[in-house]
Amino acid sequence: MRHGKYPFIVGFLFAPVVLYVVFVISPYIQAFYIALTNWKGISANPQFIGLENFTRLFDDEVFWAAVRHHGVLLLVVPLATIAIALFFSFLLNLSGGQKGGQMTGLLGSKFYRVVFFLPQVLAVAIVGVLFQAIYRPDETGVINSLLAKVGVEPVGWLIEPDLALWAIMGVMVWQAVGFYVVLFSAGMSSIPRDVFEAAALDGAGRFTLFFKITLPLLWDTMQVAWVYLGIAAFDAFALVQVLSVDRGGPDNATTVLPLEIWRTAFNFSKFGYASAMGVALFFMTITFAALTLRVTRRERIEF
Amino acid sequence: MSNSAGTPGEITRRQMLRRIGLTALVAGPGAGLLSACATGGSPAATSSAAPSAAAATSAANPFGVAAGAPLEVVIFKGGLGDSYATEVHEPLYKKAFPKAEIKHVATQQIAQTLQPRFAGGDVPDMIANSGTDLMDNAALQQEGQLLELTELWDAPSIDDPSKKVRDMVAPGTVESGLITGKPYVMNYVFSAYGLWYDAALFEKEGWAPPKTMEEFKTLCEAIKAKGITPFAFAGKNASYYAYWMILISAAKIEGNQLLLDIDNLVDGAWTRDSVKQSAAAWAEIGKYMDKSFEGLIHTEVQTRQNQGKVALYPSGSWLENEQKSQTPEGFKYALTPTPSVTAADKLPFEAIRAAAGEGYIVPAKAKNPKGGLAYLRIMLSKEGARGFTEKSGNITVVTGAADGLELSPGNASLSAAQTAAGQNIVTYNSFEGWYKELETELRKQTNALMFGRISADEFCEKMQKAADKTKADSSITKQNRTV
Repeated sequence: MRHGKYPFIVGFLFAPVVLYVVFVISPYIQAFYIALTNWKGISANPQFIGLENFTRLFDDEVFWAAVRHHGVLLLVVPLATIAIALFFSFLLNLSGGQKGGQMTGLLGSKFYRVVFFLPQVLAVAIVGVLFQAIYRPDETGVINSLLAKVGVEPVGWLIEPDLALWAIMGVMVWQAVGFYVVLFSAGMSSIPRDVFEAAALDGAGRFTLFFKITLPLLWDTMQVAWVYLGIAAFDAFALVQVLSVDRGGPDNATTVLPLEIWRTAFNFSKFGYASAMGVALFFMTITFAALTLRVTRRERIEF
Repeated sequence: MSNSAGTPGEITRRQMLRRIGLTALVAGPGAGLLSACATGGSPAATSSAAPSAAAATSAANPFGVAAGAPLEVVIFKGGLGDSYATEVHEPLYKKAFPKAEIKHVATQQIAQTLQPRFAGGDVPDMIANSGTDLMDNAALQQEGQLLELTELWDAPSIDDPSKKVRDMVAPGTVESGLITGKPYVMNYVFSAYGLWYDAALFEKEGWAPPKTMEEFKTLCEAIKAKGITPFAFAGKNASYYAYWMILISAAKIEGNQLLLDIDNLVDGAWTRDSVKQSAAAWAEIGKYMDKSFEGLIHTEVQTRQNQGKVALYPSGSWLENEQKSQTPEGFKYALTPTPSVTAADKLPFEAIRAAAGEGYIVPAKAKNPKGGLAYLRIMLSKEGARGFTEKSGNITVVTGAADGLELSPGNASLSAAQTAAGQNIVTYNSFEGWYKELETELRKQTNALMFGRISADEFCEKMQKAADKTKADSSITKQNRTV
């Protein structure tokens, strides 16, 4: 039986590895090469132009606007999502006190769990279209029509340059929270209940339970959540594309790198330059993920 | 604490998450993938024009199309629909070449459908290259992918073999399809641009279309007093409607040379007085808009005009057709030229921008390029053009092809405006297709100007900076036009 093990494993791995190499790894390698050319996306013989595309990035105003926006996204989206998701999952799982030695959530927590998860099931394009109606800048928008009832002038959620990016981040957080509620719920349910029992016996309230017990024991899960959300913050393509004024406006206020890559390649026919942006984005994402995993590394608590 | 080093299931869950995290890390910046497998191999050189090469030319078949060569036609199925191809032009082609098999492809996404085919060398024989996702004609030409159309324009016309095809179309048609001085694009639809209004509403209220910018402002006040938004355009996806107006007005002030200079990236063209005066005048009109229009798309704003909530809307002559299903009974589309900005304008108020639009191209590496040319020649016949007008509601560049057809209110007003304009035609902008980056910047700055975030001077300076950047960018092939 033992001598058949490796062919068996290789047999299983072969197809996925081939698919992965062909459809993920090889395009990456190609993108690195294309970034060094002036390829226009049509002919099959691009010219090699060295690092010209990368030097051009340095004084590309729109590129830097996009990078700045990723900085804001990177700070706000993970923080807000994790904070809200933690709060909800604590309420859903642990805040109801003990029942028969088991920590329980609030009344109706199973129902809420479904409600929170719902946005995650929707395709991002559908979320975009939904929020077009919600954020519509005149009095027919969902939010603005509610505001009109209390006599507030319509707010240009997506057309005020200072507000637009925040409105889009709101959608990102809204859509992401459900998934992290489920993720953190799973994490919380894996915390042994004797820990909670012991703390409760010592007179810990909900507040102490959350900050002194739940949070430290969830650290691993949160680290993963942070990396996920960070990567999502480097994307945001679909929402910006669907929601923002003229794809990234007004006045570049919402543009993000994937959108500029798409525009540079498919509108401006500069696939080489677009690939250079893609390579820059790749390194930013890698750096972020590596940093996050390193900085947040802590001693693991075994239980 | 139960020190049981974790159950296996526990570890798996964590490691799984971490692994998924790392996978996402590698797969995350997917944008780097956009150009996937692009330059892999050189396309099969075998697929070039071999099969249709040989066939004798004749009066009926001036390009020498091989009788049995199949033809693949790709049509942009947007505002014009595609029945003009399936029910008019393709049957006419079939009549001319009964043995030819026609493959009809209709799409809304020209670039997404065809870009990979161009990269792979398997291209159709004729393309209606239109819509938001059209391919960059200049880039195609630069890569040697477009067939030069001189042969088409010099061929005898179907209706009158003693005349050339080029003599049967409106002046400026051939020129509008020039790239680096040679014709590569057949622009088919004849469009005029200006301000559209509901003639019935204006008649009822006793309003007259404004002839000067001063009159325009007075009219805006009167319209506003009636609770109607005087002027509107959609900032979310159609700010080019507004920059057309700015450039048309500027060209009326200075003459068409301005548009040539802008296209040719002449230093300081954007900061000239004509552009400044025009931008300032239109920014004044912009103040009568509702702020929320910046976040709406063109159909939303157009529908408001149909509902009587917007008075004047800048657009082209396809508007009436595009809004057909939304237009209420009694709404009468009418076109008025852009008002004069100064008393010393070079071109009179009646001057109108008219241009051939909706480009049709024949790929140079098609399997049956001669068939593509023959198809275009059929489109340019009176019968083909007339059928197009009947099916799509749009007038073509073929002179007199729509004579005797009963025209809609909008088309009738269009033809009246053309008659009034006579030789006073404001020409087109080619930079929109030549220099997409400049055009993108112009869209942004037009929104900023019209919604009051920047002044006319700032607008001109920013546009000049963008034009200078385009000029200095060695990776952009420069174009030039003299007509």
